[in-house]
Amino acid sequence: MDAQQALADLTEISSQIEAAVVFDDQGKVAGSTIPHGDRADELAKAAAALLAAAEEVKTGESVLTQLEVSTGEGSVFAVRDGKTSIAATTGGNPTAGLVFYDLKSALRSVKPAAKSAPAKKKTAARKPATRKKPDAS
Amino acid sequence: MRRSIAAALGVAGGMLAGAAFIRRQGASRERADLYFEDGSMLSLTNGSPGAERLLPLAREVIRNARAR
Repeated sequence: MDAQQALADLTEISSQIEAAVVFDDQGKVAGSTIPHGDRADELAKAAAALLAAAEEVKTGESVLTQLEVSTGEGSVFAVRDGKTSIAATTGGNPTAGLVFYDLKSALRSVKPAAKSAPAKKKTAARKPATRKKPDAS
Repeated sequence: MRRSIAAALGVAGGMLAGAAFIRRQGASRERADLYFEDGSMLSLTNGSPGAERLLPLAREVIRNARAR
């Protein structure tokens, strides 16, 4: 699915999400709920900076997959899967579990489109098996 | 009779004040929760060095999202 369509579905499903953006590890925007391109780029850059700072804060070796930062102004959620990330903002006191679930679903629906570049090799259609009639002799 | 009404009002007032206090405390609590691939989670509350770093960046994200 197209990232823009996935985000449209996301904002339709989740009333808690105010804005969301899908971007890659280079900060390139794949889709955004913000109509202005420049602002979407800025949002993606800010979200990428937040993820990078969170990576530096971590203590273990395990990869950071998602984060929630609650501020007095609202909350920021980000989910990362490989090189693709989705970030969203909400108002105060969001239902974190639901927001994460919706973001993961949106990211999953975006991912196959990015991966679909190498087309699957078509296999020849199988011929219907013909059963040999037993000899009458 | 009057005494029991006053006591009931006092208890109700105390409960309301307590609920408002708890709600206000919860609303003003700023934190960052980080989740990792191995299932571990790190919660940084306001005042910790990690949260001090992440909270301004999160505010910037929110400002960018809400800017008109």
